[in-house]
Amino acid sequence: MLILQQLISGLMIGGIYVMVAVAFTLTIGMLNFLNFTIPALFMLAGMSAWGLTTLGVHWAAALLGGVVIATLASLIVERFTYRYMRVRYGDATEHALPLVSSLGFLIVFEHLVLIALGSDPQRFPTPFTSSDIHIGPLIIGIPQLVSLFLSLVIVYGLSQMLKHSRVGRALRSIAENPDASTLMGVNVNYIVPVVFIITGVMAGLAGMLFTVNYGDVSAYMGDNVATKAIAGMVIGGLGNIWGAIAGGLIVGLTEVMAIHFFGADIVKIPIWGLLLLILVIRPTGLFGHTTIGKGKF
Amino acid sequence: MSGYWAGILAILCFNIVVAYSVFLPAASGQLNLGAAGFVAIGAYTSGYLSTDVGLAMWLTIPLAALFTGAVAFLMSFPILRTRGVYMVLATFAFAEIVQGVYINLEVFGAAAGYPVDAYAGLGVIAPVALGVVVVSFFIMSTRFGLSMRAVHDDERVAALFGVNVRMTQVTAFTLGGLVAGIGGAIWAHQFNYVEIQNFNVMLSIFVLLYVLIGGTQTAFGPLVGALFFTLVPEVLRVSNDWRFVFFGVIIVMMMVVRPEGIVTRTMTERVTALLTFRRGNAAKP
Repeated sequence: MLILQQLISGLMIGGIYVMVAVAFTLTIGMLNFLNFTIPALFMLAGMSAWGLTTLGVHWAAALLGGVVIATLASLIVERFTYRYMRVRYGDATEHALPLVSSLGFLIVFEHLVLIALGSDPQRFPTPFTSSDIHIGPLIIGIPQLVSLFLSLVIVYGLSQMLKHSRVGRALRSIAENPDASTLMGVNVNYIVPVVFIITGVMAGLAGMLFTVNYGDVSAYMGDNVATKAIAGMVIGGLGNIWGAIAGGLIVGLTEVMAIHFFGADIVKIPIWGLLLLILVIRPTGLFGHTTIGKGKF
Repeated sequence: MSGYWAGILAILCFNIVVAYSVFLPAASGQLNLGAAGFVAIGAYTSGYLSTDVGLAMWLTIPLAALFTGAVAFLMSFPILRTRGVYMVLATFAFAEIVQGVYINLEVFGAAAGYPVDAYAGLGVIAPVALGVVVVSFFIMSTRFGLSMRAVHDDERVAALFGVNVRMTQVTAFTLGGLVAGIGGAIWAHQFNYVEIQNFNVMLSIFVLLYVLIGGTQTAFGPLVGALFFTLVPEVLRVSNDWRFVFFGVIIVMMMVVRPEGIVTRTMTERVTALLTFRRGNAAKP
């Protein structure tokens, strides 16, 4: 029964990893760009939501405000990483530039938040601290359950959007070949920001759900979650949304099981060991496309 | 020299050595986001050899380098199976595993850290750093350095021209590990205390930034990058957090202005041309 309880909490935290991993995997699949600002966007959503509640804003409005701020920040990132390089140097992915710029933005955002809101971990005034369902000996937190469900729904909606809508088709054509899609009438400068809006919304929503579920926010809250999400994305295979879902849940389960059986200190070894092992056996991850993410830096 | 500047110079020497450890693989087209892992191995090995085995410092540093190089050689086979982003993340995973292992090893004091007896001081680490720089310049000027550049620019064409791509990559990665081991060893002997928390993701990220901002095309790149990254934050000593904000903005702007790094091959060629032109003029009557 204890194992089953661990399984449930693994899936819950896995749901958060899934959303962040999908944000990572989209930017890689569409633009071949490992976006290191995602941990900062995740953290911005949580920290600015907390900042807004200290100003007396209602918690729900504050959470939405956090997501909006994360999305706006993502658009700023787009302006200075991908768009600029593309205009001036043709194919931005030939250089490691967007990667380096995004690391620069990660440093900027984290320290701006440190200046504005301080470095102490804070407690978000979440209204759902004691709303659990008890099924026999099992305890399931309602907000966690809702957020796992919500994250899967959002990811499903996203994949349907990519498959059927006009914008989704344009996005997939850019992933295939930016030059050919420009010739076919896709305005790359209007479509690429859509990827960054989706990234901002996904990372922001993940930060929001994390804040509601666990209640702890700090300037470094994104780093840990994002590294686990990266592990999940790589395990699932870059550029594949369903791979990111599988990978995120696998990492969540591995983490919780490792803590349960071996203690919290050792948790890095199984997760990253699993990743290395999978990469040795299948260098493209479990469901990775053979061409995505292998371009030279 | 004041203690303040001695401290900065020690950090600078360490940064330069570690920057070259990332540069050598990067010059052959492999981004290594796991420098901290190799540095940690070097630091703990030299610390163990010094404190527990009791070897002298002139032995512990090369032995730690050799051991780290051997680890890098063994790791290069699984890691080089992957490419692009996968490779960046495989090296990252390696560093995380190293951190996870050392934090649990009671022999090395686990999370509390591990004391090292022998103290190096600038008199030792500055010559070591200089040696690393000179050897790296030498490597880049040899035929092997040329094949590293060829593999960096285009693997397929390099292979067509008879470069052994795999051997070049494995050698570059191993050399990188070796140099990272030296970096870890001088850290251990300079600060006399090895804590795994010092060798975290941020170290790997910053070292990769030194190299990419400095430029991977010539051996000047990591030197300039490490100098830039060590000295600019000292100049920007406004307040601790604003300093990092400026620093991040500088990184973003740098990528806009000089995307191939501060020092590029065109730039060194222009400077050389300028110098030889002047000399030529002076030689004429």
